[in-house]
Amino acid sequence: MKNKLLPLDIEDYAKKFSGKILLRQEIPLNDEQFQQLLTLQNFTPTPSIIKKFPYYQCQRCGSRKRSLLPSFPCTTCGKEHLYCRNCISMGRILECEPLYVWSGPSPAWEKHTSPCTWEGELTPAQQKAADRIEAVIGNNEKELLVWAVCGAGKTEMLFPGIAKGLEQGKRICIATPRADVVRELKPRIQKAFQHVTVQALYGGSKDKEADAQLLLATTHQLLRFKQAFDVMIIDEVDAFPYHKDPSLPFAAERAKTDASSTIYLTATPRKEHQLRMDRKQLPHVFVPLRYHGHPLPVPQMKMTFSLRKDLRNHEPPSAFLSWLQKRENPKRQLLIFVPTIAMAENLHENIAKLLLQEKVIQTNKEITFVHAEDPDRAKKVQRFRDREITVIITTTILERGVTFPSVDVAVIDAGHDVFDEAALVQIAGRAGRSADDPTGEVIFFHDGKTEAMVQAIRAIQKMNKRGGELHGMPMVW
Amino acid sequence: MECLWCGEEIIMEISWQNVFWPEKPSRLCTVCKQNLNFIAGNRCAKCSRSTEEKICADCRRWEKQLGVDVLEWNYSLFSYNAFMKEYMAKWKYRGDYHLGFAFQDAIRQVYKEQFSFLKKDAVVVPIPLSKERLHERKFNQAKMLAEFFPLPVKEILGRKHGEKQAKKSRKERIFSQNPFFITETLNKPVILVDDIYTTGTTLRHAAFLLKEHGCSRVFAFTLIRG
Repeated sequence: MKNKLLPLDIEDYAKKFSGKILLRQEIPLNDEQFQQLLTLQNFTPTPSIIKKFPYYQCQRCGSRKRSLLPSFPCTTCGKEHLYCRNCISMGRILECEPLYVWSGPSPAWEKHTSPCTWEGELTPAQQKAADRIEAVIGNNEKELLVWAVCGAGKTEMLFPGIAKGLEQGKRICIATPRADVVRELKPRIQKAFQHVTVQALYGGSKDKEADAQLLLATTHQLLRFKQAFDVMIIDEVDAFPYHKDPSLPFAAERAKTDASSTIYLTATPRKEHQLRMDRKQLPHVFVPLRYHGHPLPVPQMKMTFSLRKDLRNHEPPSAFLSWLQKRENPKRQLLIFVPTIAMAENLHENIAKLLLQEKVIQTNKEITFVHAEDPDRAKKVQRFRDREITVIITTTILERGVTFPSVDVAVIDAGHDVFDEAALVQIAGRAGRSADDPTGEVIFFHDGKTEAMVQAIRAIQKMNKRGGELHGMPMVW
Repeated sequence: MECLWCGEEIIMEISWQNVFWPEKPSRLCTVCKQNLNFIAGNRCAKCSRSTEEKICADCRRWEKQLGVDVLEWNYSLFSYNAFMKEYMAKWKYRGDYHLGFAFQDAIRQVYKEQFSFLKKDAVVVPIPLSKERLHERKFNQAKMLAEFFPLPVKEILGRKHGEKQAKKSRKERIFSQNPFFITETLNKPVILVDDIYTTGTTLRHAAFLLKEHGCSRVFAFTLIRG
């Protein structure tokens, strides 16, 4: 079907717009073109905020909270109606403006032949999980949880499955709550599938079109999708804010087609997943071994009675100094986790002073701090990875998804609420990730151990034990 | 109640004081409130800029330029900082209308302290948006602020469409054409309301027009003195 008004084939529009739920201003067409597609019934307007007794619900983010749906005196329609505050950063949803979904022909995605260009080899443990993933995607099974310890090489395990999906002409999305993780995944996935268009979507990303067959996205970006993906892979499913913000699971659920497969990847499954696994409602595969075969470093707890006082004076805890003096391998870089942004800023100066004194660093330039609101955060992390920076003080943003070859990890005030069990397991998983230096020290500085710390250590020991059994030599603790 | 900005639950600390004199619940949590930069200490009597001088250099220049200044004075609540910039961006450009309510109580207070001498015969006039911009944003932030005053609000000014003020240089602003037109005459004292005072040109353009059409005195309230 050719049309004077529309410069592209309907098939191309289908690729661009199908599977999305968009505001008018998010559709880059002029009014005439848009009107044409509307009259051809290729776009269908749907209400943006609906009333389901006894609540209202935003149809993009699923938010129902009354305080997030306040009223708005609209000067265009002259009425007082609702708008959504929850997803306003993606463009304002007004009750008087509909959302548009594509209702034209559904696009035919390419059926690739052997799309995977990755030439590495999987370890037996990885292979087992990879086979399972491939089977789930190939046979359209509904769900699978892949429980793999930090540093098991989760991304590589996905490759055969993704390849299978692409061969079958499926549309695939790898979603994760963290933008950092998306940024790190993009080059790795692109390298493994060199002839497939891969797009990465996150707040401020260069790719905006989102018309590729293989998409990487933050879970936030899924708010713009509806019935889009045949395969949905959710990486780090236990990470903040996915388990805290109900609109994200809502969006992930909506973004899948009816006959889709979902793969969850995690190193630290949350309670609800654990429960479903125990009840055998959620099929899962467990990878207890790191790709280099060494066990996970087990954290040590260091009690420091003066922690509160030291922190009040913006000093690192005294036990930190004594630990610093007798590290096993002083050549390792140092990753210091703190619970709050304010503490990162406050401690920065005094830790720098201490490290200079102890000759861990030569100049002040070798230490820095990052947090979620830091505009240079990606750059700083890259410099740490390039070993230009020796010590980095960070909030929990670097707890997962980032790989540094050889680090020691210190957690200051590990008893703080932000360090829950999952966070601590992830933090401990930053150490000993390369085959060249498979161990690393992980120290929790605290002034009273918490349930989270104890459980985290227990979980790591348990995983090591299961990994050891796999080796045929049960480890003794 | 949740904080308008960060969404955290606001938990009031109970003290003997607020047991006996319950405070009005705040719309922002203490952490976010700390980021607001209230203008405190000495300020220019004319434009509210934070300064040690009685009248700042900017305002002296206006007086020299105009002979008799059309604007009596301007009162502002906050000075500009990174947090405020973000807040305004979300409120105005993203269009999160509800964020404006954070200023309701402060404006009531300002009225009591600074403008109550006008009695009840004064009228509040918000600086308008052009039709096109209003269509884009679907609400006028200045009007929202104006409605927090316990005085009648009259939208008697209109605006021709032009480039955003925020995108112009200081010089371009001061020598720009008067972008406003008036739809009604009024012979009452007027409080002009806008969100931000940067060079003072906008307010003076509006004040000039109002005075020309019979307003006795024109004052101004702006949320921020940039």
